[in-house]
Formats: sequence, structure tokens, C-alpha cells
Amino acid sequence: MTFPLPLNDVVFAVAKILFSILGVGLSIAGFLGWVERKQSAVMQDRIGANRASIFGFTVLGLFHPIADAIKLLTKEDFVPKGARKPLHGLAPIISLGCGMFCLAALPYGGVVDYAGRAWDLTPIALPMGVPLVLAALAFGVHGIVMAGYASGSNYGLLGAMRGAAQMIAYEVCLASALAGLLFVYGTLDFTEAVRWQVSHGVWGIFLQPLAFIIFLTAGTAVTKRVPFDLPEGESEIVGYHVEYSGMKFGMFMMTDFFESIVICGVITALFLGGWSIPFVDFPSLAGRSGLWGLWPVAAGALMVGSSVGKILLMLFLLMQVRWTLPRFRFDQVLDLGWKHLLPLALINFLVTVWVVYLWR
Amino acid sequence: MAITVRTVKRPERTFATELYLVEIVKGLGLTFRHLFVNLYRHSKRALGLKGLPGSVTVQYPDDPAVLGKRARTRHRLLKRDDGAPRCTACLLCETICPAKCIRITAENAPDVTVEKRAKTFDIDLGMCIFCGYCVEACPVDAIHMDANEVELSSYNRKDMIWNMPELLGDVPKTPSRP
Ligand code: SF4
Ligand code: SF4
Repeated sequence: MTFPLPLNDVVFAVAKILFSILGVGLSIAGFLGWVERKQSAVMQDRIGANRASIFGFTVLGLFHPIADAIKLLTKEDFVPKGARKPLHGLAPIISLGCGMFCLAALPYGGVVDYAGRAWDLTPIALPMGVPLVLAALAFGVHGIVMAGYASGSNYGLLGAMRGAAQMIAYEVCLASALAGLLFVYGTLDFTEAVRWQVSHGVWGIFLQPLAFIIFLTAGTAVTKRVPFDLPEGESEIVGYHVEYSGMKFGMFMMTDFFESIVICGVITALFLGGWSIPFVDFPSLAGRSGLWGLWPVAAGALMVGSSVGKILLMLFLLMQVRWTLPRFRFDQVLDLGWKHLLPLALINFLVTVWVVYLWR
Repeated sequence: MAITVRTVKRPERTFATELYLVEIVKGLGLTFRHLFVNLYRHSKRALGLKGLPGSVTVQYPDDPAVLGKRARTRHRLLKRDDGAPRCTACLLCETICPAKCIRITAENAPDVTVEKRAKTFDIDLGMCIFCGYCVEACPVDAIHMDANEVELSSYNRKDMIWNMPELLGDVPKTPSRP
């Protein structure tokens, strides 16, 4: 039996994708459920979830995500009578799948030379990475609209419509905020963008602070969490997943967390210098001798650790924002998107283009 | 005392508030301060040091409930100095009760100055809305809501009805088990 590709390439590619989806995605998403509860509790002078215990040990409530997962997995998967069954089942898969793809397209590290070949630490390295991730994020809304339509409930449909309208409000800003930055970088590839930041010694956030704020705002809207939780409206109205239960609902929940991770990953790669650490020169670090020749592996691990660490920091900030701000009203979101963020993003782009033009 | 008028200044909408960003940063500052102060207090306590608690939570079923001094809790019927119930069965409380959960039957009292007294006095706490109107209505101060008891739940509706000896405190309430 012969493989069209070298076997170790295939294994490495699968390992990378599994790491990004399971290692980064699922574990952080599960962890985020705990962080969300505890962080909100501590900042509101409460204790937070602390009852789930194994043999009497509660460990600061860290077992609650496990309890949640068991509950969601064992709950009845109820499909209402008027639902369009195939679509009802397909919707969460689309939402989650888009999130998973985005996770796998993020750059977790550069290229390290080890054992006589170059290992690219980006799971799915694409020359068109940035637009593809943005497109996949936007495509996730199809899952929401499908869920609302397929559940055969007016409330679900209303939530879905709100989701679609919100998407229209922020999606344009999301892409146009990045336009100026990508123009400076001269690439649509995440890895290249990080390399540009490393070689020029400056992070994107210092080049384009306005774009950072716009992207952060629009990115919060992507994740459908407070202050932009119009499609869900956890506290009083009911959202697009009102007719979902069990693991299908869990998949929608996870999509929210996945999208948060993706947004933070994109911010990390384009604004915060990706895997780079100030004053650490990775190529020379990997080229060192000693440590039984494992320096390249150590450098690779440090790269991945650095980018995941930056993602976690951004998530912490987003979490804090989520528990600080009240929700925007429906018209306010559209106003914010179309009347404020979009013109700002476009002006930012025009100014950037002019400055770059005059500079050269 | 003359009426004092206090003019509350409306918050002005300046450019900074309209921009919203400054306010977000202020809000984040507040929540971050709470987060880190509480984290510091929690970790200090976890290390066994004294200090302020990091949360205001009362772990209720484990720790006793903290009731306010003026908490309105379960009803209690009061007695006169000679030990007879104060209630004169005037039915004012039964009449005013919006939930219609008081049932009183009257009888002649041996004491001629009192004339009437309650033979039975039942309150269905499962229907009571704890409005306190009965206490307000009583002309002889016979009913209070200061038993400081909030754990009233029972396994069936019949057990939610408290009769006169129980309300007087002569007989302890023994709810049936399922
Ligand atoms: S507290 Fe209100 S509802 Fe309850 S018995 Fe008294 S009058 Fe009726
Ligand atoms: S109002 Fe007072 S005196 Fe009259 S029936 Fe009620 S408890 Fe008795």
C-alpha cells in the first residue's frame, strides 16, 4: 500500500488538526465554561459554582464542566413536532464545523527544522487564510438561521432573524477593519503576517490601534455574547436554539466559545504578533546545540505556548467585557455597525493607504 | 418639617460619554478592581490568614439563614396575660386576606367581657402571599408574622395548613413524611 503523501506528513497534519480542535478548542471551551462562572462570580462578590464534587473534592468547582458535559450528553435529544428534521440536525453541525475549521486555520507557530525536514506548526496553512477564516465565521450564521427556520417555532425564527440582522451589521466592519492592516502586511496569510511583525519588530496593535478596537468590537458581535447577544438573549427573550436540547444545544454553546477562541486567535495573529515573544529569536533558539538536539522541539512548543497564552489573555479580557457591559438594543447594534464602525474602518483604511503610499 | 427638595443633576452627555469607549474603560476598571481585590482576599483566606471575606455569599442550607430584624415570616397567634388567645374572632383578617387563606370559626367565650373567641383558626400557608394585611387589620394585636421561620415547605398541600394550637405554639408542627 502506497500513500500519495509521505506517511509522516499525513500523521503530522492530522495531529496538528486534532491538537487545534481537541487540545485548543475543546479543552479551552470546556475550561471557559468554568472561567465564565468563576470570573463573573468573583467580580460580583459571589462564590460561583462550587458544588460538583468527586469523592468530596470540589477543586474550586473545576468539575462543573464535566458535570455539564455528562448532563448534555445524557439528556433527551428532543425534536419538536413541527421541526424540519434533517435541517434541525444539520444546523448545529454547520455552526460547530465552521468554528472548528477556523480553529484549525489559526497559526499556532512558525516553521521549525527538526530531523532533517521543516515542520509547519500551522494546522491548515493557506495563502488565503485571513479571508477564509472570516468567510467561515460568516458562514456560521447559516447554522443559526437554519436552526431558527428548522425548529418550526416562531421564537426560534425571531432569534435567527436577529442573528442574521446582527451579522449584517458587524460582518462588513470585521473585514474592513482588517483591510488597512493587511494592506500594510501585504499578505492574506496568517503566517506571513506574523513573520512581517517579527521581522519589522512591531505588533499590529501599535500600527493600527483603531483597527484593533473596531475588530475587537465587531469580533465580540461575532461570538454572539453580551453585549451583542441579540440572537440568544439568554436573560429574557429566547433565541434561535430554543427548540434544541441535549448535545445539539451543547454544540451551539460550544460554537460560541469556539468563535470566541477564533476571534482571539485572529487578534493574536494579526495584532499581537502571533507566536512571537519580544526579545526571543526563535530561529536562533531552534538552531542551538545541546539538550540532546531537542532545541527545535522546545522552540516549537514555546511558539505554540506563546500563541495559546496570548489567546487565553484575550479571552480573559473578552470575558471581563462580557460581564461588564449591558446589552445593546437592536437598533443600537445596527447604528453602531453601520454609522460608526464602518465609516471609521473605511477612513482608517484610506488613511493607511495614503500613508503607505507617501512613505514609499 | 418643611419639605426639602433635592434637585438631582442629570448626567450630562458629553463627548466622552457619547464616545462610549471611555465609559467602557471605566466600567472595566471597576470590574477588574473587584476581581483582583476579591481574588486577593480569597487567596489570603485559602492560606489560612485572617482578612475580609472575598464574597458576600451566605451558603444557606449549610450555614443558617440570615434574616433581617423586620423580616416578615410565618404567622404566630398571641396570647393574653391569662394564657387565652387574644383573637376575638372578629374575622377582619379573614375578610382582608387577598389570598383568602384564613378560615376562622367563632364560638362564645366564657369571659363575658370578650364575648367571642376563635374555635378554629386555620391559615393555609401554601396559599398565603405573605402580604401582612392580616397583621395590619387585627384590632387586638392577636396575630403577628414574626415567628422567624422560613423553612415551611412540606410534602403535601394539607401539611401547609397550620391550625390554631400550632399557630399559638402550643403544639409543634409535625409534617407527614412521604
Ligand atoms: S399575610 Fe396576607 S395572604 Fe397571608 S394570611 Fe395574612 S392577609 Fe392572608
Ligand atoms: S383580625 Fe385579629 S382578632 Fe380578628 S379574627 Fe383575625 S386574628 Fe382574630
